[in-house]
Amino acid sequence: MTSQYKTSKGNRMWRAASNHLATGLAILSTILVITPLVVIFIYLLYKGASSLNFAFFTKIPRPVGETGGGMANAIVGSGLLLLVGSALGVPIGIAAGIFLAEFGRGGKLANLVRFTADVLNGVPSIVMGISVYSLIVLPQKHFSAFAGGVALGIMMIPTITRTTEEMLLMVPHAIREAALGLGVPNWRSVLSITLRTASPGVITGCMLAFARVAGETAPLLFTAFGNQFWSVNLNQPIAALPLQIYVYALSPYEEWHRLAWAGALVLIVLIVVSVSLVRFVTTRGVLKGAS
Amino acid sequence: MNFKIQDVRVPGPSETPSPVSDPPSGPHPGEGPSAIRKFLLSRGSSAFADRGFRWLMVLCALTIFGIVALIATELTLRSQLTISKFGIKFFFGSAWDPVNGKFGALPFIYGTLVSSLIALVIAVPLAVGVAVFITEMCPRKLRGPLSFFTELLAAIPSVVYGLWAVFVLVPLLREHVNPVLMKLLGWTGFFSEPNFGIGMFAAGVILSIMILPVISSLTREVMTAVPHSQREAVLALGATRWEMIRMGVLRNARIGIVGSIILGLGRALGETMAVTMVIGNRPEIVKSLLAPGYSMASVIANEFSEASDDLYLSALIEIGLALFIVTIIVNALAQLLVWVVTRGAPARVN
Repeated sequence: MTSQYKTSKGNRMWRAASNHLATGLAILSTILVITPLVVIFIYLLYKGASSLNFAFFTKIPRPVGETGGGMANAIVGSGLLLLVGSALGVPIGIAAGIFLAEFGRGGKLANLVRFTADVLNGVPSIVMGISVYSLIVLPQKHFSAFAGGVALGIMMIPTITRTTEEMLLMVPHAIREAALGLGVPNWRSVLSITLRTASPGVITGCMLAFARVAGETAPLLFTAFGNQFWSVNLNQPIAALPLQIYVYALSPYEEWHRLAWAGALVLIVLIVVSVSLVRFVTTRGVLKGAS
Repeated sequence: MNFKIQDVRVPGPSETPSPVSDPPSGPHPGEGPSAIRKFLLSRGSSAFADRGFRWLMVLCALTIFGIVALIATELTLRSQLTISKFGIKFFFGSAWDPVNGKFGALPFIYGTLVSSLIALVIAVPLAVGVAVFITEMCPRKLRGPLSFFTELLAAIPSVVYGLWAVFVLVPLLREHVNPVLMKLLGWTGFFSEPNFGIGMFAAGVILSIMILPVISSLTREVMTAVPHSQREAVLALGATRWEMIRMGVLRNARIGIVGSIILGLGRALGETMAVTMVIGNRPEIVKSLLAPGYSMASVIANEFSEASDDLYLSALIEIGLALFIVTIIVNALAQLLVWVVTRGAPARVN
């Protein structure tokens, strides 16, 4: 064995050099990855903040050529879509997460469900869009906010399921055993002991899913469709922030570009806040404090 | 129904069981033997509630299967028209002429594959480098913020990336990067005129930024799953840090890294908005990467709402079906590979 390895001076230098080279390359790639993020954020802040004003939140879009106007209808529309989406996605997602963590643990069915949830997470959002289109819009023969909400809700399910599962798994067994030992029926123990203990994590998981679908455009293209006017009717096409950003970004008008940047900034702030919350909950041990 | 279950669960009690509508409120210890009896009875009715609750949860979990099955059947049914008319030739025809009813998906498949490949070529070395740096090299203090930053990169919506790409990346590529590429690599034919800025290469670059965090966070996960004893063993033999990473970590985690790369590929294949905004949207197969192209997802995004006749709609839905099947296979493969490496390791968020 020993004869295979030479420890000449040249060999040692080569090894040291490659070590330094690898370290340098790793640092370089980290810098290269961080750069676009920083650039994107600076641009968003610079462009978005300068065009964000009170009118953005209170006015609806003006016709082409007029300055001013805002995205109030898109913000409300996004809110409504997310509400419908959450009404569908949150209960199903949490319930599926409870199943994975409390009932199916290690079972074949649970592994299969987890696997399917991960796969569903990877299904392109545009495919989700056309599926909901053919499921709801085609039979109804018109675009509707409801269809958009369903598309978003379906996209929320896998994220919520997985985070709920992970949060529930963090709850120590002793707590469950204590509840069961007091004679609390299992369903009560799951709902008001385990889920309650994990609730900060579960809620932030929901927020994460919420933030992710808040920025989704592709599933809304053929379901919510977008609307230049004020509408809160679930049965009608509705405006949404990401849709509006998409339309405005590709338009040739300077004024609309300005609004697109402002909208992007609003979306990003929402997302950064929820991602930081998730991180705070999972790393700072809010759960550990509760248990 | 409830009585039946109670009979099974609590054999023997002569008195009538507690009413169904009374959910078990738990026993009160210290009330004597009747409390125990009450407790047993309440267990009886809670068995029903428990079972109901359990089935409700199972039902919700099964909904996830239902959704996948529903998507598959809907897409298959709605694309029947083109499937029966063109058959497999649909994916090999390069003519896309909706007016005359000619549909061939090859330009879109080509665009999707090429832009995703460009993205992988750029993203994979960087992502693995970042993962190596974060897990093995960087000071502990930096580790948290760095991984947080890469997570943020993953959370930025596609349309915001697209917006940034249209106004910042595309001009940058057109003015500064593409001329250099044309000068250096023009002889290969992959980087030749015209230089619009928008095109396959721009799509690949923005895709690479988008899939980087996916690849790097999963790579990080599989690398942390490698047992410490492996690292210690290699170090104990006198290896440098890089040799330790190469032999002790990367070699053990390679299956998982391949899995994370495939997962990134899955993301790139299905990415819609950012690609639609910069790829140029022209259904042609051109050798030059700087030329405009088209991808499967973006043709759906652009033309779906203007698809006037059934055949056109069916053709677009069939492209969606193909995308669905491909991403499912790719994702399943990736999950399997990652699972092979990380099984046994504790589950982690993100």
